[in-house]
Amino acid sequence: MNYSAYSIKGLRDGFKKRQFSSEWVVKDCLSDIKDNKLNAFITVCEKEALEKAKEADKKIKDGVDLPLLGIPISIKDIYLTKGIRTTAASKVLDNYIPQYSATVVEKLEDAGAIIIGKTNCDAWAHGSSGENSDYGSTENPYLEGYVPGGSSSGSAVSVADNMCFASMGTDTGGSIRLPASFCNVVGLKPTYGRVSRYGIIAMASSLDSIGHFTRYVEESALILSITAGRDMNDATTTNEKVDDYESYLRKDIKGVKIGLPKEYFTEGLDRKIKEGIEKEVKSLEKRGAKIEIISLPNTKHANACYYIIQPAEVSSNLGRYDGIRYGNGRDLFGEEAKRRIMLGTYVLSSGYYDAYYKKAMQARTLIKKDFDDAFKEVDVIITPVSPTLPWKLGEKTSDPLAMYLSDIYTVTANLAGIPGLSVPIGLIDDLPVGMQILGPHFSEGRLFQVGQAVEDSGL
Amino acid sequence: MKINVKHVAKLANLPLSDEEEKKFEKQLSEILTYIEQLNSVDTKNVEITSQITGLENISRDDKTSPSLPQDEALFNTKSIHNGMFKVKKVL
Amino acid sequence: MKPVIGLEVHVELKTKSKMFCGCSADYFGQKPNTHTCPVCLGLPGALPIPNKTAVEWCVILGMALNCNIPLFSKFDRKNYFYPDLSKGYQISQYDEPFCLAGNIKLNTGKTIGITRVHMEEDTGKLIHGNVDGEEVTLIDFNRSGVPLIEIVTEPDFDNAKDVVDYLKKLQQIVRYLEISNADMEKGDMRLEPNISLRIPGQTDLPNYKVEVKNINSFRFVEKAIDFEIKRQTEILEKKATPLQETRGWNEAKQKTVSQRVKEEASDYRYFPDPDIPPIRWSRDQLAELKKQIPELPIAKKGRFISEFQISEYDSEILTRAIESADYFEEAVRIGKDHNVSPKSLANYIINKKINLENTLPAELIKAIISTSSYATIDNDKISKVVGEVLAQSPQATNDYKAGKTQALQFLIGKTMSILKQKIDTRIIIEEINKQLK
Repeated sequence: MNYSAYSIKGLRDGFKKRQFSSEWVVKDCLSDIKDNKLNAFITVCEKEALEKAKEADKKIKDGVDLPLLGIPISIKDIYLTKGIRTTAASKVLDNYIPQYSATVVEKLEDAGAIIIGKTNCDAWAHGSSGENSDYGSTENPYLEGYVPGGSSSGSAVSVADNMCFASMGTDTGGSIRLPASFCNVVGLKPTYGRVSRYGIIAMASSLDSIGHFTRYVEESALILSITAGRDMNDATTTNEKVDDYESYLRKDIKGVKIGLPKEYFTEGLDRKIKEGIEKEVKSLEKRGAKIEIISLPNTKHANACYYIIQPAEVSSNLGRYDGIRYGNGRDLFGEEAKRRIMLGTYVLSSGYYDAYYKKAMQARTLIKKDFDDAFKEVDVIITPVSPTLPWKLGEKTSDPLAMYLSDIYTVTANLAGIPGLSVPIGLIDDLPVGMQILGPHFSEGRLFQVGQAVEDSGL
Repeated sequence: MKINVKHVAKLANLPLSDEEEKKFEKQLSEILTYIEQLNSVDTKNVEITSQITGLENISRDDKTSPSLPQDEALFNTKSIHNGMFKVKKVL
Repeated sequence: MKPVIGLEVHVELKTKSKMFCGCSADYFGQKPNTHTCPVCLGLPGALPIPNKTAVEWCVILGMALNCNIPLFSKFDRKNYFYPDLSKGYQISQYDEPFCLAGNIKLNTGKTIGITRVHMEEDTGKLIHGNVDGEEVTLIDFNRSGVPLIEIVTEPDFDNAKDVVDYLKKLQQIVRYLEISNADMEKGDMRLEPNISLRIPGQTDLPNYKVEVKNINSFRFVEKAIDFEIKRQTEILEKKATPLQETRGWNEAKQKTVSQRVKEEASDYRYFPDPDIPPIRWSRDQLAELKKQIPELPIAKKGRFISEFQISEYDSEILTRAIESADYFEEAVRIGKDHNVSPKSLANYIINKKINLENTLPAELIKAIISTSSYATIDNDKISKVVGEVLAQSPQATNDYKAGKTQALQFLIGKTMSILKQKIDTRIIIEEINKQLK
């Protein structure tokens, strides 16, 4: 039997009614992973997952009720999982077995989730296509030979191709939203500081957001209600109350003010994507949303700003990988990691700091201010996720700058620290397209409300 | 913008092949040219943003918590001697 | 030629836990790599949380050193590679340290400027050796992440003696604040003088500077500086410029030896640590911290002189350590009820080198009372003097023998005046009786 038609809620109902067991579902997922050729996983936790499934079934029988009890999920191989190899998709960590688990991993396990495997990604989360993995590229499930988007490539694919029911990813400049868009799934980048970064291999610490992939908006809300909250091990998590996210799903869209920033709909944007978004926006308007054209004037500088701050932090964060206490030597860093380490080292070095890094931190203030101003006028902002449709494997690998430009619509949310939700709006030329909904800090509930409306549009 | 790849690689403790050095010199110059568009932004009297949360004064009380046992601390390396990590002699 | 000397001192704090994690900071003498966790071992994904006590102690030390405490401060990353540095960067403070612009006044009256006092974390410990015929370095990360305060002076010293005086005063203040044992041998306090010389007529700073490391006692710092002054003088006299380098003090050879010539200025690529939110003090918080500062050595020394009328010399010795100062004050308090003056207490404590740990102040007072009225004197001397007195005073001797008690008083008085000491009269009477038997 195949369980992919079930939502997480459907699975839980089935468990409770003894229609099927967690073990059956896990076995089904494991066999799907085995048959799958898209290279979504680096490590499959077959033995552990089956054991956990049996335990879960016992608990279900005993009447234990946990939000994710017995639900198989996958985790980007950049989250530390105690006792389970964690590579960051880099040969530098080919043999690394973590001594501890990330806070989020513990929270998910406490909620009953079963980790079915560690997903492939661009090494160290560096990339927009999933091709920078030392364990081979992941492929788009919709069209052979196309990229799934990165860096959380395997996570998006594992959910899109029904190998599990949710997946954890990381988003430093779009690494959840872009692959979600390219793989026709829901991807959330929460507010910076909403979800703990502890135990997740740092890419760029001031930008890294810990989010997830699901097939439905309501499941995205469910997962966030588990992962969100202050962590005493992460000084950048906040005390801000965790919202009742699921309560927003049933809220009417009427009267919600939606801003369309003109800078995101300029000539660089694929015409068909633009039309797709306009159709969705019209539908929202029909249902009572108020649409406004707004301006985020510093958008054009965001990518340059991002490609200074991000590599600078990368160069420092990757300093600990010296092969002494764990892992292999620095010679095993792949090309993209080396490139970013070099770029970051350079922009921080003596004589250049003010011209690059300081300037970028000032530009960041301006970009953040753009959003602060905009959110005085509107509740949410809708933009494209990517300027283009998914591209062919290998198409941009020799041109790093072209690859970097695919992040132009997503890096702004990371620079401003605001949440962003990528929701599917259908296929164009057989390839999936997503739309991005941005909101002020800690407005995830509002994003789910609008996201649910998009999901319900029936377009 | 000419970047001294050898010097930067040394600062970054990154062993690069001659080929990589050449490749990076070209690519990094292109990327730097691109990011230098920031020069056109007027940032006079603009504060820096190094963190986005606005949080301040986050600290912990001076209390101890358990450490890793020695065998766990050393678990991921093979180069061990008398409970210590072992490397080639450094100055 | 005039020496220009500046000083960097690192003081390791005696907090219970480390700077950014909950591992015990009490690592000395422990089995290697038993005091580590994901944070101080630099495991992937680990994040630092600052130790509140360590941060407060840094500010308190800055206040005790007369520094300005800026209301805003932050942690920065200092990036470099070395096997004892687990993260590839050290969390330190760059352009916005906790404390700025303080000073310490020396015995000579000269004031040494303190540029800054900042907070950082210690590194692991390296042990070099030979294992199975191979030259290796072994690493123990127990010390990694222990809180460290760095105190940097202006280049205000021009001789080694002043440096030693400064260091003693700094050590004394740190111990008064009870924030570190400041034990040089255990590495709680580490010094790095940088030394250069101005040639006659030069007013700006020399264009080179020699840093000396591996100094683990006040004696060595004096010797190392004197050696460097001599060495550099010889080079400059030959019209050459000493190399800008790091040298180490070699006690066996009684000289500094070159450790590392700096090929290029170090480039630490400092930037604000994105993992640690900045620190902003309210004026109330700073006032609270200021209240925690105990009376410091200079103030205490002055108060002892004026309040207890003891000499400057005695006060200096008594206030050297907070323990002896507290002991003295407690003894003065008890002594008051027994008519023991602070002055005699000071004399007694200093001259008799009383073991303060084994003798309670009350016991000390008792001991002073029992001996101060009847000073001890050896019996031979008494018997000799009594013999002389009896021989010189036949009349009184005979009167006493005949039962006239006034005669005894005469003999006692005479004995005492020769002994020039206050002695228990019972001892003298006993001796007289013994000799007349």
